[in-house]
Amino acid sequence: MRVSFALGLALALSALAAALVALVWTPYDTSTLAIAEKLQPPSATHWLGTDHFGRDIASLLMAGAKTSIAVALVAVGIGMGAGVPLGLFAAATRGSLADEVVMRGNDLVFAFPSLVIAILITAVFGPSATNAIIAIGIFNIPVFARVTRGGALSLWTLDFIRAAEVAGKGRVRISAEHILPNILNLLIVQGTIQFSLGILAEAGLSYVGLGAQPPTPSWGRMLAEAQTMVTIAPHVAIFPGLAIVLTVLGLNLLGDGLRDYLDPRSRRAA
Amino acid sequence: MLRYLLGRLVSLALSLVVASLVIFAVIEIVPGDPASYMLGLNASAETVAALRERLGLNEALPIRYIHWVAGMATGDFGQSYTYKVPVADLVAQRLAVSLPLALYALLLAVLIAFPAGLLAAARRGRAADAAVMGATQVGIALPNFWFAMLLVLTFALHWQLFPAGGFPGWSDPLAGVRALTLPAVALALPQAAILARVLRSALIETLGQDYIRTARAKGLTEGQTMLRHALRNAMIPVLTILGMQFSFLLAGAIIIENVFYLPGLGRLIFQAITQRDLIVVESVVMILVFAVILVTFLVDLAYATIDPRLRKRA
Amino acid sequence: MSLIAVRDLSVSIHRRPILAGVTFDLAEGGIFGLVGESGSGKSMTALALMGLLPEGASVAGRAEFGGRDLLTLSERALAGIRGKEIGMIFQEPMTALNPMKTIGDQVAETLLVHRAASRDGAREAARDKLARVGLPADRFPLSLYPHELSGGQRQRVAIAMAIALRPRLLIADEPTTALDVTTQAQILDLLKGLTRDEGMALMLITHDLAVVAGMARQVAVMKGGHIVEEGATETLFRTRAHDYTRRLFAASDHRPVRRPRTRDGSLLSVEHAVREYLLPRPSAFAPHPRLRAVDGVSLTIRPGESVGLVGESGCGKSTLSRAILGLDPLQQGAIRLDGQAVTAGHTMPRALRARMQVVFQDPYGSFNPRQRVGRLVAEPFHLTGTPRDARDRVASALEEVGLSAADMGKYIHEFSGGQRQRIAIARALIIRPDLIVLDEAVSALDVRVRAQVLDLLAALQESHGLAYLFVSHDLSVVRRVTDRVLVMRKGRIVEEGPTEEVFAGPRDPYTQALLAATPTIPEDWKERTHAARD
Repeated sequence: MRVSFALGLALALSALAAALVALVWTPYDTSTLAIAEKLQPPSATHWLGTDHFGRDIASLLMAGAKTSIAVALVAVGIGMGAGVPLGLFAAATRGSLADEVVMRGNDLVFAFPSLVIAILITAVFGPSATNAIIAIGIFNIPVFARVTRGGALSLWTLDFIRAAEVAGKGRVRISAEHILPNILNLLIVQGTIQFSLGILAEAGLSYVGLGAQPPTPSWGRMLAEAQTMVTIAPHVAIFPGLAIVLTVLGLNLLGDGLRDYLDPRSRRAA
Repeated sequence: MLRYLLGRLVSLALSLVVASLVIFAVIEIVPGDPASYMLGLNASAETVAALRERLGLNEALPIRYIHWVAGMATGDFGQSYTYKVPVADLVAQRLAVSLPLALYALLLAVLIAFPAGLLAAARRGRAADAAVMGATQVGIALPNFWFAMLLVLTFALHWQLFPAGGFPGWSDPLAGVRALTLPAVALALPQAAILARVLRSALIETLGQDYIRTARAKGLTEGQTMLRHALRNAMIPVLTILGMQFSFLLAGAIIIENVFYLPGLGRLIFQAITQRDLIVVESVVMILVFAVILVTFLVDLAYATIDPRLRKRA
Repeated sequence: MSLIAVRDLSVSIHRRPILAGVTFDLAEGGIFGLVGESGSGKSMTALALMGLLPEGASVAGRAEFGGRDLLTLSERALAGIRGKEIGMIFQEPMTALNPMKTIGDQVAETLLVHRAASRDGAREAARDKLARVGLPADRFPLSLYPHELSGGQRQRVAIAMAIALRPRLLIADEPTTALDVTTQAQILDLLKGLTRDEGMALMLITHDLAVVAGMARQVAVMKGGHIVEEGATETLFRTRAHDYTRRLFAASDHRPVRRPRTRDGSLLSVEHAVREYLLPRPSAFAPHPRLRAVDGVSLTIRPGESVGLVGESGCGKSTLSRAILGLDPLQQGAIRLDGQAVTAGHTMPRALRARMQVVFQDPYGSFNPRQRVGRLVAEPFHLTGTPRDARDRVASALEEVGLSAADMGKYIHEFSGGQRQRIAIARALIIRPDLIVLDEAVSALDVRVRAQVLDLLAALQESHGLAYLFVSHDLSVVRRVTDRVLVMRKGRIVEEGPTEEVFAGPRDPYTQALLAATPTIPEDWKERTHAARD
């Protein structure tokens, strides 16, 4: 278990490091075209080869990490920012009409898969990375609302909440002081899951042209462009895909490891 | 049972109404005037007016909404602006590809996930469990469209076992199935990985329950307990995921169709977006959302057949 | 000749020793009691015999049963014995049955899995066995699901499953601990009758000495994975040769020294309180049926007085105490604390709330696991405003309940169940209330810890002039620590009066039934104690 956690941490940190370094430096400029050097296989000068415009794939992947991570991170932020308060509110007013409305609203958003939301937004506003963020973010809201409500509901039945009520504390205060700290673990774990799903979703949206637009570098779009060349230069398609798989795998392993580490049952034993 | 059913039906109807309102609002209100949006900047005032007339845009919003909903209820989705044919015909043609694809993928996912999940739960903490869990971690991390490309590269281009793309139609069912096999595998594998994990953890959770110990005390072996007592109780979370996966499969199908050049709903909707054919976009989105809501309803019904506590609440 | 001969049974789980050298003989056809506090290893002993120990357990020793050693048998052979030759029932009837299967199928399964009958034969046998345990088919058809039965009825189903093949031994692990006292009496009766009629041996595992006294011929006392004493029940109870047995007995009917300083006047008064809940509609358009959980209850508590509120689960005592604490509104009637109205939520002034505190049953769920003890104990200061010397007061409250000021920096999981209840008492005391509601506050504790906590409560009452509302299902405890008692049934007070009077001469038939059902150790068995001690 510890091995997979370390592996996850290493993979996730490498992706993050690549994205951060890409903010200031990439081995080659990703906006300059060098048609003469197009579709070169991996070599000492271009470690991962070049694409059909002769751009360095390693550099493109670093720049793409920036987009992927930014999109997924902001989308998780949107989901948490709206979903957690909604979930806390629903749990605090459990059984009431307000709870019912929040939960039915959640179900409704669930009926729109993120791709469908993206399609709707794109059809009206046109494709962009921002719209991809909004689409994924909206989809994240009910996910966090549900996790929050579920965790909070089981806490609301416990006697320490009764004790807080006897101490004159209201719902808002109890939610902030007693509920939220006790579901933080759940939220962190769910956060890593949604983060990795966000990276997959961004890649998918960009692949079909609903996400990041040129010249914003993106793993998904690199794959879309590589598709026609996959027979003559497979490396153009393989490396961006590997980048996605390894990043998502790293985040998932990290999430599992965090779950084991943060689980109070396993901690009590330690 | 009747009460439960009625409650679910009401919720189904309500969801559909609200969903249709949202879609209507986004498509018909947000971009300003749909007619000039569809025709682009260079259109003359007369063409715009003609299109407005044809789309019925001169009527009041509520009337337009009612027309749209009433039309859909009777199978009339309007005329595609670019294809000049009824949207219903277009959608029907495309559904004949997309729906079988999603169901095929769902079937594959279940066929892979159940044995894997059962095996992992039965051998929990041992080598077989670790192997299954490791494989599912990779499966979940696979973007299905990239996986699809790898499948094409190996099974279609290298070994030439399956076609690399296109769809020959259903006149030869076997050829149709062959054409959908690689896309279905690409869709199914990541979903199977999720499903196997959910099944495993639901089974392990169930195996810790008191009634499992009771069953063991009656003389059931571990295997019998798993199949006769744990599996059925573990089905509730599995069904929930299965229902959600159907919507992911539909959405995923939209992307996968692009890899394999399949003439499904996905291709239709992307063409419609680039051609600004809002009528098609609106209808296809509504159909996708309808499918998701319907599946949620079916899952609720399945809960009731599995769990007597829901059934007898009547 | 013994049915099971256990020799040097040792169990460790992940190298942690659980049982060490347990040795006993179980006679054919009799009732064998295994008593001990939680963690003494009594359940593990039973699970070891069944071959159902948790993962990571390793076993040593022998357990001979019918010429075979249960501890070395293969899983396959054990499965053939379980349910057929040794049956077992467990503590929690609410979760012991599969919620997705009918009771008929679950009883029939015992026969089917051992290939003892055809499908029809198994159903027929299930019908017979369910009738035998008091669930006749005309009122309890085989097609019922567990959720349609009460806890006592479910325990009967579990018993029917366990005895369906007439095993030679039935192991019952705390079979009545989760049940009400009247239901407990019925289930114990049933078990007694079954051992007599079916010629079956019963191994009865319990923490309750009184239950064993009324049931078992032989008894073994366990502590820390050992058997400290074993013998014929009456002799063992009379002599109490072992020091631990003696302490266990002393604690189980420990009566704290109380010097009540009840003052005149009324601290708390409840007048005609009514609290109703809406139940789910029976059909789609029918009105919600109402459940009157509290139905016109009136009571008063004087300053410094200990009042007991007893009743079985579902009688409304918890609902009433929630209303008294100002957590739930009443539909009718009024609650007054020192003349001021108690209301739910924000409408109740903080100063009034500060005069009442509470201690709950569950020592594990009563504290936020993420806060340190110092902050947990200080929580009621929310009502009074945090004083300048808050830290000192928390420290002295902890010292008052027998803990130390250094415990302020610890988290709650570092404490045992008894220590946690002490911390809960410190939390209740910190703002010097007039009334503390003790909601089953000692019910989850082992007898020796319970005796200590009862002593603490008595001492605090004396030093602070506190009034207690002692809400409990346990009549014998209430008898020893209260001045007055109220008996509640179906939302009403059926009898009230000075505790000794009510217990010595109950007038209401329900109180009489409750007292008759409460297991007791025969008085003359106790008398020898003094002789033995002197």
